[in-house]
Amino acid sequence: MITALWALGALALVFGAILGYAAIRFKVEADPLVDQIDDILPQTQCGQCGYPGCRPYAEAIAGGDIITKCPPGGEATIKKLADLMGVSLDSLDQTQNKQEKRVAYIREEDCIGCTKCIQACPVDAIVGASKQMHTILSNECTGCDLCVEPCPVNCIEMRPVQTTAERWKWDLQSIPVHVVEVK
Amino acid sequence: MPSLFQQIQAGRIWDFHGGIHPPSRKTQTSQKPIDSYSLPARLYIPQRQHIGVAGRVLVKVGDHVLKGQALTAADNAMAVPVHAPTSGTIVDICLHPSAHPSALPEPVFVLEPDGLEQWRPRHALDMLHADKAQILQRIQQAGIAGMGGAGFPSHIKAGAAAAVDYLIINAVECEPYITADDVLMQHHSDTIVQGIEILSQLLQPKAVLIGIEDDKPAAIKAMQQAVAGKNHWFVRALPVKYPSGGEKQLIQRLTNKEVPSGRRPIDIGIVVQNVGTAFAIAQAVLEDIPLISRVVTVVGQSLSRPQNMYALLGTPVHELLSACGFEPQPSQRLIMGGPMMGFTLPDARIPVVKTTNCIIAPTHEELPVAGPELDCIRCGACTEACPVNLLPQQLLWYSKAKDHTQLQAHNLQDCIECGACAYVCPSEIPLVHYYRVAKADIRETQREALKAEQAKARFEARKERLEREKQERAERNKQLAAQRQQQLADQQKQQIAEAQARTQAATTELTHAEIVAERERKKAEARAYQAAKLAAEQDIIQSAEPTLSADDRAEQDPRKAAIAAALARAKAKKAQASGEAESTSVEAATVAAAPALGNTVEPQSSSSDDAKKAAVAAAIARAKAKKAQASGEAESTSVEAATVAAAPALGNTVEPHSSSSDDAKKAAVAAAIARAKAKKAQASGEAESTSVEAATVTAAPALGNTVEPQSSSSDDAKKAAVAAAIARAKAKKAQASGEAESTSVEAATVAAAPALGNTVEPQSCSSDDAKKAAVAAAIARAKAKKAQSASNSEAATDPTQADSEPPLADSDAVLPPVPQDEPQVVAQPEPVAANPSAEDAKKAAIAAAIARAKAKKAAQNPQEPS
Amino acid sequence: MSEFLLLLVSAILVNNFVLVKFLGLCPFMGTSKKLDTALGMGLATTFVMTLASLCSYVAEQWVLIPLDLQYLRTLTFILVIAVVVQFTEMVVHKTSPALYRVLGIFLPLITTNCAVLGVALLNINANHGLIESVAYGFGGALGFSLVLVLFAAMRERLATADVPKAFQGASIGLITAGLMSLAFMGFAGLVRG
Repeated sequence: MITALWALGALALVFGAILGYAAIRFKVEADPLVDQIDDILPQTQCGQCGYPGCRPYAEAIAGGDIITKCPPGGEATIKKLADLMGVSLDSLDQTQNKQEKRVAYIREEDCIGCTKCIQACPVDAIVGASKQMHTILSNECTGCDLCVEPCPVNCIEMRPVQTTAERWKWDLQSIPVHVVEVK
Repeated sequence: MPSLFQQIQAGRIWDFHGGIHPPSRKTQTSQKPIDSYSLPARLYIPQRQHIGVAGRVLVKVGDHVLKGQALTAADNAMAVPVHAPTSGTIVDICLHPSAHPSALPEPVFVLEPDGLEQWRPRHALDMLHADKAQILQRIQQAGIAGMGGAGFPSHIKAGAAAAVDYLIINAVECEPYITADDVLMQHHSDTIVQGIEILSQLLQPKAVLIGIEDDKPAAIKAMQQAVAGKNHWFVRALPVKYPSGGEKQLIQRLTNKEVPSGRRPIDIGIVVQNVGTAFAIAQAVLEDIPLISRVVTVVGQSLSRPQNMYALLGTPVHELLSACGFEPQPSQRLIMGGPMMGFTLPDARIPVVKTTNCIIAPTHEELPVAGPELDCIRCGACTEACPVNLLPQQLLWYSKAKDHTQLQAHNLQDCIECGACAYVCPSEIPLVHYYRVAKADIRETQREALKAEQAKARFEARKERLEREKQERAERNKQLAAQRQQQLADQQKQQIAEAQARTQAATTELTHAEIVAERERKKAEARAYQAAKLAAEQDIIQSAEPTLSADDRAEQDPRKAAIAAALARAKAKKAQASGEAESTSVEAATVAAAPALGNTVEPQSSSSDDAKKAAVAAAIARAKAKKAQASGEAESTSVEAATVAAAPALGNTVEPHSSSSDDAKKAAVAAAIARAKAKKAQASGEAESTSVEAATVTAAPALGNTVEPQSSSSDDAKKAAVAAAIARAKAKKAQASGEAESTSVEAATVAAAPALGNTVEPQSCSSDDAKKAAVAAAIARAKAKKAQSASNSEAATDPTQADSEPPLADSDAVLPPVPQDEPQVVAQPEPVAANPSAEDAKKAAIAAAIARAKAKKAAQNPQEPS
Repeated sequence: MSEFLLLLVSAILVNNFVLVKFLGLCPFMGTSKKLDTALGMGLATTFVMTLASLCSYVAEQWVLIPLDLQYLRTLTFILVIAVVVQFTEMVVHKTSPALYRVLGIFLPLITTNCAVLGVALLNINANHGLIESVAYGFGGALGFSLVLVLFAAMRERLATADVPKAFQGASIGLITAGLMSLAFMGFAGLVRG
């Protein structure tokens, strides 16, 4: 009986020593997971997830937050995050479908040059200066909606992006297609 | 082992994987000559008919253009101009359905031919003396883009700088029905060869290979005759197989070389040009004929006379069809391009463009509509047919599953969308359609990923910039602080030095005379000081302009204020005596004076501050007054909402350092904001149209008021207070006459309160506050008496609050819980600007209690003055 | 030499741990959704099983038998396996963070893989020597990896196929595994004994 205990105890000690050594020898410093998650997120910095930007949300996800909080990312982002974090897709309740992409537009006749929207834009997509006309750089606008609120004269509206021939998506409705859900 | 070149010389041809053999159906049109048709009524020339960007528009509506005149100019390398196919007038430049599967509208020139066919002047290029750049420029200016179907700008391909081993002319035309290149070769082989020579001169290839399928014997013979005697020019007859005409497939057949995935033929030293493009190049360089027409095969069994046509670019398809005897069937389909790679046209207005080689108008028996899509039976026939050696079945599954990673791993980007896989599929699955959707999805995802990258970069840069600015500000502040410290230290040092000097002087023995002199000096200083003081007082009494230093002002102000109050009282009495105002106006005046008192005690603020704030408040009050008077209805809350909203807004937009010109701007801003707010209120159905006017009215006086660069603070403050008081009075009147709800009174006071509150500076010292408070209390008491005698439900003017801030007084005045009113509504607007010292708070509490008691008493005994 | 070959063939094909002995089904189903994951898992399990069979043989010979503690065999083997897996996890985390992330929870779950404990105990049953034990462990792991990779390839195709709704996911996976098992039973008789 005693020998059994001694034997097991000795074994445990030996193994513990090996593991301890291995823990120090193979120590891993950085946690690149947050970077990976941040790369997947759409970088609109809109704050709709409740965090002040995409990087804080990435850190939250790495810390265990749910991955369905990002509307601009849409389903594709959720799928990629699920793959990365090893979360199964069935267990999530899908948030709303990806909305149509919109960009902000300033009605120049109403703009008073207050620079409030410039301060609000997280990607500096608004050009202008105090008491000068403001305008949106449509190519840089991520459609995050953060500029609409601060405008004191309500001259910013969100307009859908126009479809051009290059961006045309080959209307699927004209042929009956079965899209298979990937499990 | 003979080299590749030797093998090619010997006539060897190779093959590519897969391919299909659909029935060619070319005999309908290949035997006939090329026909023309009469000028259509309108030509629709798209501004962009190639891969790249449209050129700069040169003409405008109403211009008369000549045949061959450039309608756009090429500003960069990827732009290719378009030209007028005939002389006429540009009647419109508008959007028109495009010659693209999506039929999305694109800008076109609408040309109405005048029938004269007047050419613009043409100058042939002298090939002997022209250099490469000139020839390329001519090719670009002539608007030549790849006519085999892709539309890539030809001058770019023809101007390739890298060494070219083989120039391949694509005369294969493997798609069924199409015979445009066939008849072109039959009838214009010499011009074609001239074009190929120009290309050869530009590219200097080792050999020229002309690939033609062997179902075109006449064309082969014509071309062989035309190139006879040219060194290293080979005409190769290829066994028929679709899709030999694909660029990479043709290269493989003629040279056994494969273009690596994702690369272009120039990377392996090969340039491929369509035979129609060569023809167009010859015409452009040698006869200065820009690309304004092309051969189009018009075919199909619903046409009685199918044939090839010289079609002017921009001709609507229906013109071509009617020229060929079109007999449309019910639900007739029109296909632009061939049956494999063409697309269905949504209507017949679509114009012929540079890349249109065929129009098919089939009957239902000829080209039946595809049956329903069945399930994939994994037969693998598609994989056997694919000319690019892909796995169409796997691509189908991954397209359905939207698995972009696997799609790219299976080289979806190399699919040439030839349709061979869909042709052989026994389940009639439209495979190419799936791939197109998937490709568009992948392209979109990549584009979004790129944008996300850029957005992230901009976000990081912005963060960095803000950090940097913060740092710089902190640095600057530190520096300034250090400077100030330094200054202070210096000052102190100086003072110490002076003191020391003085003490030294003092300790040194002064002669009696010196001492006397010293005494006299001091006396003189004191006298001067007194004189100055007196003079200052006189000034103040005589005028209201404070031109004294800050120290003196502080002393003078209470006196000034008292005087001002007296004046105001007098004025009010006078006004009353003349029957202008009711008794409340007296209170109003005195109330006005109180805040005026408060207002003048501002040692630290600049006059422009108060001027602005006062003006704004005045405007607001006036507008409110007008509104209350004009409508005097139950919806006054909305007005107040608008004005209250406007008031703080107006207050907000005031900035401490502006000059008078800025005032005007600010007023405009304020007006805009007020307008916007009013509009908002109106839109939400709250306010009536009068509120908009009210807002504008508010703005207008604000505009008027702010242009007073020199007014002193006390003036405007007084005005503001007066106005506020008047507004209050009027509101009370309205209520007293039983029109308004009780809330309007409180609201009026609320409006006045913040207005007045805004004009109060938080820096006032306590002694002035006390005085202010006392005055205000007295006034309020008087008001209360008057108000109560006038109406029962009025409790708004209660009183006795000895608060430190007049606004507080006002709002507490409203506090008294008269049962009928809703005091809670107004209990809140206590200006945050207040400096709540302990005693003030206590005073406020006491005052509130007293007020409540009074109110109760008043309610019980309406006639009894409290 | 030929015995080792026979042992290996037997462990890989004839008595395949997953499809014939039905051990280690949890990681078999869990990591076979993608081919890359399966490959990584196979490698990790090979490493663990070989090392574990070596260590458990050593523990048996040098600790349990001399001290007459054979009744502690199961406990000791689990301890050994747990340590080996933990060690493997640390090594993988350091050398290949991508694989570490891809395997996720299944890496420490190799501890509970009954194939690992199975191979250790089966070595004792069959009275294998040191080299034989190691060879058997290695062979078993190879068989596990082979089947895992095959199954993953099939599951990737199944994921995009028109599977009836009721069968989608694990159901069709298990049915496929059963069919694979039937196929592997065909190897019976390949190696005498």
